[in-house]
Amino acid sequence: MRPDLEIIADWVPPGSRVLDLACGEGELLSHLEASKQVRGYGLEIDPDKITACIARGVDVLEQDLDDGLQNFPDASYDLVIMTQALQVLRRQDLALDEMLRVAREAIVTFPNFAHWRNRLPLMLQGRMPVSKTLPYQWYDTPNIHLITFKDFEALCAKKGIKILDRAVGDFAYKGHLTARLWPNLFGEVAIYKISR
Amino acid sequence: MNATPATTGLFPADSVGLVTPQTLDFDTPLQLVGGQCLQHWSLVVETYGQLNANASNAVLICHALSGNHHAAGYHAETDRKPGWWDAYIGPGKPIDTNEFFVVSLNNLGGCHGSTGPASINPKTGEPYGPDFPVLTVTDWVDSQAVLADRLGIQRWAAVIGGSLGGMQVLEWSLRYPERLGHALVIASTPKLSAQNIAFNEVARQAIMSDPAFHEGRYYQEGVIPRHGLRLARMVGHITYLSEHSMGQKFGRDLRSDKLNYGFGVEFEVESYLRYQGDTFSEQFDANTYLLMTKALDYFDPAAHFDGDLSQAVAAAQCRFLVISFTTDWRFSPRRSEELVNALTAADKRVSYACIDSPHGHDAFLIPDARYQAVFSAYMQRVAEEVRL
Repeated sequence: MRPDLEIIADWVPPGSRVLDLACGEGELLSHLEASKQVRGYGLEIDPDKITACIARGVDVLEQDLDDGLQNFPDASYDLVIMTQALQVLRRQDLALDEMLRVAREAIVTFPNFAHWRNRLPLMLQGRMPVSKTLPYQWYDTPNIHLITFKDFEALCAKKGIKILDRAVGDFAYKGHLTARLWPNLFGEVAIYKISR
Repeated sequence: MNATPATTGLFPADSVGLVTPQTLDFDTPLQLVGGQCLQHWSLVVETYGQLNANASNAVLICHALSGNHHAAGYHAETDRKPGWWDAYIGPGKPIDTNEFFVVSLNNLGGCHGSTGPASINPKTGEPYGPDFPVLTVTDWVDSQAVLADRLGIQRWAAVIGGSLGGMQVLEWSLRYPERLGHALVIASTPKLSAQNIAFNEVARQAIMSDPAFHEGRYYQEGVIPRHGLRLARMVGHITYLSEHSMGQKFGRDLRSDKLNYGFGVEFEVESYLRYQGDTFSEQFDANTYLLMTKALDYFDPAAHFDGDLSQAVAAAQCRFLVISFTTDWRFSPRRSEELVNALTAADKRVSYACIDSPHGHDAFLIPDARYQAVFSAYMQRVAEEVRL
């Protein structure tokens, strides 16, 4: 399993009711169901990924996250998870509101645009960065709203969203000392647990 | 009743081959929602594949308005077309007959051999006609449960249906929750909209206002309300297609190369609709059409729960797969999503896919790569469960 999913799995209380937004091929939900008796649904729009979820036995609903979560009542879930998808949404601020309306807590992961490897090509070559965590060209990237850790935390502060926990690392989530000391420069990806 | 290996060489390798329908007679009194009781009744049934030793691999197919028991395979070597869902039932197809024992029936009230308005009413010795009770989806499901008993099937691995068939699937999950493992509700709706009912009413009026209808006793008169039924089908058929698929198929193409400034058939689409209406009116019974549209109109499992569908589906124990099609405007994706939302609110296990298809409501019958992939992936899980 992807290393970030393993950390997330550690953060999920057993028996939780979970929504996994942009659930991909259902790896995380399938793992959580088996190891933590978690119940819930994955939301996805990619046809092949939806089929993969179904093949895996994960309950998946075809739904566009940019349309919100109106079909889910307030506080109807314990936890909403969104891994590596925040940067593709049209309005991240509204998405966070929706997530924390539907559930008490949310877990969010995203690549850090302020990582030094992203800063270098911009600074030295004047080109948009292409890296392992952001493997697209500027014109075909689904990542329409790139984020830095500082930006995300500033948005949370502005919205009164509490950051309950944070894990920063490289793509394999190895906890380098540099990433701990200067996360916004040396952290490639982060996992946040947030609540109202 | 089953396809015999000797005959399959005549047909495509993924066909169930030659099939023979069978009539099953029942003396189990069937208490109907409308108050009447059917004492003796018959169902015409086809089956494909083999029932396993513990009868755990049975799948029930529920048909739509104009459907019948002939869902897959061929009745004769000379048949030009296979059964109505042949694209999805057969060896290696989504409903894989190497894995499942598939049961397909003509519903009560139908006109393909099961007891219906054209059958003889034992009380009068005449065809029932308008005296045949108006049936509901619930009645159909009750009769299918009696059929399951007869076939020795305590629990269906899956109950599957599109459109009106999907309503029967939903009803199964609520009425006999312990008797199915999976419910596949395709291109369906938890209830008709006012617009849906309006279209049905136009169809009924077309039939009932035909002078040959004779208040439904046309059998004795030796006529059929051909014109009414034809019109009903033409209206219905428009609602099964999308604007796009009609445009693709016919556009504004003319039958001849010039306009005639008259009221004859000029556009290809007119010719097509007339052909559809003509063929249908020769093959289908008008009283059955009336009855089927009423069953559609009445279906509303949430009605007993103040309109709260999530309470209505609380009884279900099975897992659900709900599928809709983007250009279906008869039962649009929104209607499937109403069901999905009720199921998630009731904490039921459900997956939902909205297939991008240009074919409107008819898409559920037509081969489509993504639809087949989703359907197959789900059914393979069901097959794995059965094998455990």
